[in-house]
Amino acid sequence: MTERRALPVVPTDSPPACAARLVHDFTPGLIEVGAHQLCPGCGEPIAMRTVVEAVAELGLTRSSVAVFGIGCYTAFSNNLDLEVVQALHGRAPSVATGVKRARPELTVVTVQGDGDMVSEGLQEVLHAAARGERITCVMLNNGVLGETGGHMTATTVLGQRTKNTLDGRDAARHGHPIRLATLLAGMEGAVYVARGSVDSGANVRRTKRMVLRALTAQQYGFSFVEVLTMCPTGWFVETTRAPGYLADHHAKVHRVGVLKDEVERVPEGTPAGVPEEGE
Amino acid sequence: MTGRPARLTAGSDALAGSMVAAGCRFFAGYPMTPFTEVLEAMARLLPEAGGVCMNAESEIEAIGMCWGAAATGTRAATGSTGQGLALMQESLAEMTLARLPLVVLHMARGQGDYFQATRGGGHGDYRLPVLAPVDVTEAVEHVALAFEWAERWRTPVLVQGDYYLAHTHRSVALPAPAPLPLPPPWALDGSSGGTGAAKLLSPLGSVKQRDARGAEAGYDLAVHYRACAARTGEMLRTIESRVEAESVEDAELLVIAYGTPAAYVRAAVRDLRAGGMRVGYVRPVTLVPFPYDHIARLARGSRRVAVYENNTGQAVDDVRLAVDGRVPVEFIGELSTDPSGFGVAPDLDVHLIGRRIADLYDRKVTP
Ligand code: SF4
Repeated sequence: MTERRALPVVPTDSPPACAARLVHDFTPGLIEVGAHQLCPGCGEPIAMRTVVEAVAELGLTRSSVAVFGIGCYTAFSNNLDLEVVQALHGRAPSVATGVKRARPELTVVTVQGDGDMVSEGLQEVLHAAARGERITCVMLNNGVLGETGGHMTATTVLGQRTKNTLDGRDAARHGHPIRLATLLAGMEGAVYVARGSVDSGANVRRTKRMVLRALTAQQYGFSFVEVLTMCPTGWFVETTRAPGYLADHHAKVHRVGVLKDEVERVPEGTPAGVPEEGE
Repeated sequence: MTGRPARLTAGSDALAGSMVAAGCRFFAGYPMTPFTEVLEAMARLLPEAGGVCMNAESEIEAIGMCWGAAATGTRAATGSTGQGLALMQESLAEMTLARLPLVVLHMARGQGDYFQATRGGGHGDYRLPVLAPVDVTEAVEHVALAFEWAERWRTPVLVQGDYYLAHTHRSVALPAPAPLPLPPPWALDGSSGGTGAAKLLSPLGSVKQRDARGAEAGYDLAVHYRACAARTGEMLRTIESRVEAESVEDAELLVIAYGTPAAYVRAAVRDLRAGGMRVGYVRPVTLVPFPYDHIARLARGSRRVAVYENNTGQAVDDVRLAVDGRVPVEFIGELSTDPSGFGVAPDLDVHLIGRRIADLYDRKVTP
């Protein structure tokens, strides 16, 4: 007979004062209850949450339209209590341009991934920024085409293993990653450009502040927030190691921070394009 | 219709004017001959009318912008020619699934784009209504009709023009400006956000995911595609196909042509008729839906049907489908282009067309 192990026993002489119950519902108001079917540990739902919370906090719920690209986060296009136009891969900035030009009173925000925005649609976002289009573009950057199962995108960092860079992205063979926020910060029509991350609580809060600022900035010109998100599935790392992998690899190349903020310097009523002479 | 007095106008200006009159308030395009002048005219006319004309950075972006504007219920239009339209096909295909209205002016260079226009170059299972005006006067009418169909059926509609349509000066009366329609109930204006029933416009369907809706939750592509197919079928049955026909009653040979070259064919048929030849002329005005029944009926009494087109014979397929083997169908067109180097317009010659018709008329039908 095997020896019984002595397990810890919960004392019953001091039971909890009341039965377990829901003390707080953390579901944001604008996300419909229901499965989004994204992988556990994915950073995209957190990033999406910062966007909808920012829209709600600014009181824009009844006056905004979201334009979604194609990626895992697309699952949210029929899962949000916000008006959504579902666009094609790479095309959200143009679609958002049409929405905004036709209805300038609306706040328009796009959500795209890095495969969508940088690999397939780079031209679109650059031109939208150059035009000073009064929209906010949010890019969820996890460095892979997550939805297809983890292939290289234009933001994949050097050395990163993906399904089509099995020995790691090699500059000589696959070129260098594009740092989109850095590129956009240099464009005249962009008034606010920042890069956040959702690998830690502090960074989630910081990213939310960036999104809030970007949505406000849109009345002066083009605004952009890149959000580094975890894709444990596409990265082939354990779920719990994904935030560390993000910090150790992605954030080393795509550095988190505010890259451009010209909102204060823009006088009210200035047409798109904003920065004054001599700035 | 209480239009404005007729004035000698370039085709492109007339097209642009008729779009603005029809309530188009958003236009986006990228220059490409012979579409360019339409874009120039829209850039001039639209801001005056309180609309927006975007100089898009590519055809892909042009149609993307229209997609967004159409989503807000704004009457939107774009256009291009062959290659440019090819770049738009992905969005064109998806906009049919997203049920968004749009008018597309396809100012083709020759007639090589018949398949592109009528079958679509995009992916998936869809059809777009296609109008093929013979001249500027008819094109002006077609633009208004295209907007009407686009909104009624929530679909992109193609107006198939060409170099002649863009560059010919005609004395045309533009229709009086139509009152701007109220945005349709499905259009986005942001206001349904936070109500629990926020609108969604998606090529994947617009069912919102909610716990209580069980199987309906999320996108169900089979359900959506079937619904789209059912609506397309209804659209193709409801839109009456149009033809123009002349001297067909006793015709032994029926000549079929569409678009600008049809005017040359019509002239050739009139000449031959005057010479006593029993030839008839038929022009499909709608390329989709194609006037299959009309042509089948008209071909019944003839010995032969001829198709004239400036390509290697594309509409021949549709004519053969129409007559269904009952009479022989011959191609008498040719691939001919002007010497510009761009091939923007076909070389058209009434006498040459007449000779081809006469040759075929004289030839015995071999069973
Ligand atoms: S594949 Fe990656 S990006 Fe997609 S849901 Fe899974 S973790 Fe998220």
